[in-house]
Amino acid sequence: MSLSLSPQEQAIAAKQDGAGMAMRIVAESARLLGAPRLIPIASTHIDGALYHGDSGTLFAEKLVEGGAKVVVRSTLNVGALDLMGCSRIRLEEPQRGMARRMMEAYRKLGCEQSWTCAPYQAGHRPALGSDVAWGESNAVVFCNSVLGARTNRYGDFLDIACAITGRAPDYGLHRPDNRRARLVFDVSGLSPSFLASEIAWPVLGSLYGREVGNAIGVVTGVTAHPGEDALKAFGAAAASSGAVGLFHIAGMTPEAPDAEAILAGPEPEAVIRVTSDMVAKTRAGLSTAAATKTIDAVAIGSPHLSNAEFDSLERLIAGRRLSVPIYACTGRHALALLERDGRRKRLEASGVFIVADTCVVVTPIMPELGNGVLMTNSGKFAHYAPGNTGYAVLYGSLADCVESAVLGKPVFTDIAA
Amino acid sequence: MSTAAEILVPGKAGEGEALVLTAPISFWGGVDPKTGRIADVRHPQHGEIIAGRVLFLPGTIGSSSASAVLMELVHNGRPPAGLVLHEPDAILLLGLIVAREMGWETPMAVRLGRETFETYGGRVRIAEDGALAVSGE
Repeated sequence: MSLSLSPQEQAIAAKQDGAGMAMRIVAESARLLGAPRLIPIASTHIDGALYHGDSGTLFAEKLVEGGAKVVVRSTLNVGALDLMGCSRIRLEEPQRGMARRMMEAYRKLGCEQSWTCAPYQAGHRPALGSDVAWGESNAVVFCNSVLGARTNRYGDFLDIACAITGRAPDYGLHRPDNRRARLVFDVSGLSPSFLASEIAWPVLGSLYGREVGNAIGVVTGVTAHPGEDALKAFGAAAASSGAVGLFHIAGMTPEAPDAEAILAGPEPEAVIRVTSDMVAKTRAGLSTAAATKTIDAVAIGSPHLSNAEFDSLERLIAGRRLSVPIYACTGRHALALLERDGRRKRLEASGVFIVADTCVVVTPIMPELGNGVLMTNSGKFAHYAPGNTGYAVLYGSLADCVESAVLGKPVFTDIAA
Repeated sequence: MSTAAEILVPGKAGEGEALVLTAPISFWGGVDPKTGRIADVRHPQHGEIIAGRVLFLPGTIGSSSASAVLMELVHNGRPPAGLVLHEPDAILLLGLIVAREMGWETPMAVRLGRETFETYGGRVRIAEDGALAVSGE
């Protein structure tokens, strides 16, 4: 099937300005994907403003020079700098200047200065069934799965191109039939106490992503709603270990009142029965550090911490002084509440480093150590920290992370699956 | 002998040592945008350099910034000599589409059945029409 553009879309694509360039990028992607047409979108979330090198800055500035502006609500994912000034970023010139120019270019294009990977907790929650174009793997999976809005996994540059044109290729998860589950991921064999524990969801997400790849599955056997932060952790981990853009949880997520309602056929193509052994192996696989007696830092907040997660952090620290720093990554939306009654100061006095607008795996914040060990409760940090920071990783619950930060050595509580 | 392949994204014909990845990869966090080295310690080809190679990809996973990493490799003069995929990758190949819009010279991306990937080794050439050939044959 070949792509057909409306006369208006063709006229825009023929122009030599920023909008023309954006339309050609959307149309070229649509052609590559075999989409028959472009569809209007209600909003975008843009991951393209993170500095990976000068090419991205040059692209954004070319759009600005061409007079381009976004035509739908567009929030920004993290950048490479902490514009709130909470933490010191070790990015050196000339990269620092190029990263700032990039963030500035996206502002000039008309994007909201949200700078968070959890836009859905910063007031950007598109309606069930609406078509949107979101980037950043965890934001995409949350938007599709928990909010029930429809987006594909938009890569850097296509996200801003969609925002400028207000159009997206009509394919993939924009089509209701493609949102149906083909696999069942059955967790009914796991203990209720494990499912209620904090580590259950990042660990299960990591396992889910590796098992399903880019297929769509429905999780069955969940009897109590795990809460929005748990679903956030599940999706982020699944989108790191696999190419997951959408999951369903029977009885919990909006498109899956029950498993039968969301399955594509009368029978699933496969049933993955999750065992406690699979969970134990996955949990162990999230750590890359060999037996170690000390840790150098703890990092939390991938995706960005919510206010509820800051509450847990504060409760667990309980005013104690940390031996090694906890880097707590969040968005400016959560910061406002944190500033209010001196909570940020109290956390910082304990030894917490608040990081806003960005995070420790996307830009250099933590000291460069030859063989540093980082502990985290995030499946996503566990996945990316070794490659991006050089630190080996230990995975544990938030409670274990805090105890370990207080003692300066790893502490693990056994939670049997 | 040469094998016809569908061109996914047009670009420059290229030649290089084949690098057949045996597991999907996340370009962001998995490939160093400056050097083209595979940085993901959990990846079977960890440590290999993709720059100048004909890269056979069994799929990509993870971050939606794969496109940014590939475009940065192009801009730094460290891209693969060619990319071979079994299906169009909506995220990764954007890096080439946007680089073309910027007027930069890009390698070609072609489509080939995954089952044939293992048959490629040594130097591989991607011709202007997208056909793949093992050099010296």
